[in-house]
Amino acid sequence: MRGAYAYSFSCGLRAGERLIEMSKQAKPSPSRAQAEEANAAGVLDPEVTDEINPTELEQEHSARKEEQKHRVEEMDRDLLLNLLYQMILIRRFEEKCAESYSLGKIGGFCHLYIGQEAVAVGAISTLRKDDYVLTSYREHGQAIAKGVSADEIMAELYGKAGGCSSGKGGSMHLFDSDVNFLGGHAIVGGQIPLATGVAFAAKYQGTDRVALCFFGEAAVNQGAFHESLNLAQLWKIPCIYICENNQYGMGTSLKRAMSLQDVSQKACAYEVASEFVDGMDVLAVRDATLRAVERGRTHSLPTLLEIRTYRFMGHSMSDPGNYRTRAEIEKYQERDPIKLFTATLKETGIIDDAAVQEIEKRVREEVDRSVRFAEESPEPDPKELYTHIYKD
Amino acid sequence: MAVITIREALNQALAEEMRRDENVFLMGEEVAAYQGAYKVTKGLLQEFGEKRVIDTPIVELGFAGLGVGAAMAGLRPVVEFMTFNFSILATDQIINSAAKMLYMSGGQFNIPIVFRGPNGSAYQVSSQHSQALESWYAYFPGIKVVMPSTAADAKGLLKSAIRDNNPVIFMEQERMYGNKGEVPDDEDFTIPLGVADIKREGKDATIVARSLMVPVALKAAEELEKQDVSVEVIDPRTIRPLDMETIINSVKKTNRLVIAEESHHFCGVAAEISAVVMERAFDYLDAPVKRISGADVPMPYAKNLENLAIPGVKQIVDAVREVAYLD
Repeated sequence: MRGAYAYSFSCGLRAGERLIEMSKQAKPSPSRAQAEEANAAGVLDPEVTDEINPTELEQEHSARKEEQKHRVEEMDRDLLLNLLYQMILIRRFEEKCAESYSLGKIGGFCHLYIGQEAVAVGAISTLRKDDYVLTSYREHGQAIAKGVSADEIMAELYGKAGGCSSGKGGSMHLFDSDVNFLGGHAIVGGQIPLATGVAFAAKYQGTDRVALCFFGEAAVNQGAFHESLNLAQLWKIPCIYICENNQYGMGTSLKRAMSLQDVSQKACAYEVASEFVDGMDVLAVRDATLRAVERGRTHSLPTLLEIRTYRFMGHSMSDPGNYRTRAEIEKYQERDPIKLFTATLKETGIIDDAAVQEIEKRVREEVDRSVRFAEESPEPDPKELYTHIYKD
Repeated sequence: MAVITIREALNQALAEEMRRDENVFLMGEEVAAYQGAYKVTKGLLQEFGEKRVIDTPIVELGFAGLGVGAAMAGLRPVVEFMTFNFSILATDQIINSAAKMLYMSGGQFNIPIVFRGPNGSAYQVSSQHSQALESWYAYFPGIKVVMPSTAADAKGLLKSAIRDNNPVIFMEQERMYGNKGEVPDDEDFTIPLGVADIKREGKDATIVARSLMVPVALKAAEELEKQDVSVEVIDPRTIRPLDMETIINSVKKTNRLVIAEESHHFCGVAAEISAVVMERAFDYLDAPVKRISGADVPMPYAKNLENLAIPGVKQIVDAVREVAYLD
């Protein structure tokens, strides 16, 4: 149990006990309570999200900052600065992606991660280089956080030979075997059995590596999710399932798509440990993931983390986003993970304005360099059309 | 050379490859404690233990995907489908993940995995348990599809499939598990994927047959010999990559081609072979290519109807006589 925004389930109980335990432990956070109210208000009523109480919001923001400050106290300054750097890098990188997409330099689908940066950065910061990450098609953030070079990601988005997948995968299929980034997968939920298998192999080979598997809450409705969690607990597989609950599967809100919307509770069906985590707090994400990684490494057990977050942009670049109200988006923008973390670091005296500007400058250089790299990288040779189909 | 059943040949191939490479493991429904629904995996749990011979729950998508993931991280899984009918639940992972991974990762992640099990009809198991799905899987670049018809081929090809660095769909046939044949004793005996075998030489017409249709075609050839028609029977053994050279060379010699298959004809393997023969050997054909395929219906249960749905000796004999203009 970590404060008001994270709670965990212990599922190692018999069914009857578990239900009682769940009802005791599953005390909803304020944001969860709001979500539940919204659910009760009606299935197709977007107006409900317009009702925002500024005082309540301010209180929540302050409470969260206080919580983050407590966490900051125990942490290494370099690590904190690196977390902030990574989050800002992902943000600026993706803003550049949006720009390049509009200019027609990036093709296909382009799913931006803006608003969700704390999830990838917080979670992946707990890993070793030899641990694995698999994720969905909204993956630029995870790739950057796992150490794939921004240059190679941008070149991949540009469809260039210097891309991390040699220009053959694109935005939805980033891979980098050097840092065990095992892909962007573009069938909703498809990466969940894959990550389970990767973690299975890590155990089979006698290592203590773990696999982190990211997916959106819409993937939770797929059979692949349920089959994987069942296998992972049954076979004691060190896979950490990170549900990034941004509350929309494309244009369909969670409440219109899921009968039981408390994703973390679904873990109990398979006796998998789970936590509900505030995804706007990078340190809360890091803390919860640390516990999950520890469970994976030392006990070879899976964990489900439901990390509540929000994407500020549309589902993809072609999404006008008219299924959400302006007010709802603004409400979450008030809780911007970068804004929150920057404020916390300033108020705790870790950084000042100059330090933030320095980070922004370094980020801008890295992003600009990635664009130059992508622009200068050649197109794939036409003969590459017929390579990499079979391995000798 | 020992005379053993196809079932025993497959079992030997699995055991030998598991002894040879620690990274090979076997996973599927009832493969371990039950010793295999068709006993192909008999004794493997006892020899290799629970770590490497793993009973799965009935979750085809889940364990197929888990296998593909394990292959990404360096293992060489052999995944058994109790029948390929059940693989339909796993097609997302086979097609969207296994077949594409090497390509879309720009060559970084190959998937050395074998999906094996019986394909096609059994005996009166009706519509959902009798499908021949090779044309589905053969459609996709990135996948190999293997269909042995003899004990030696079963063993040699399965060993090659397990050593292959790509996803291999290895299709057995339930009606043929008990068929016996000579198999070399050498533990290093393998048969390369993508090489057809001429099961019988002849000069008047060519029959291309695979899996269950190979013994049927050979019986038809015996029948035709009595009628003074000399038939060459070619078993491609691997559907993708397909050894068209052997087929084309045979057509150039016999000038007549019949293709026999258990599966439906529509968008099928015979249609593909027929098209390539037309493209590359049109001038050598003395008659239109003839396809003999399974009836274009869901498989019925009743014995008499089932018999009508699966090509038999008579249909193949008639087809050869037709392309030879003998009637």
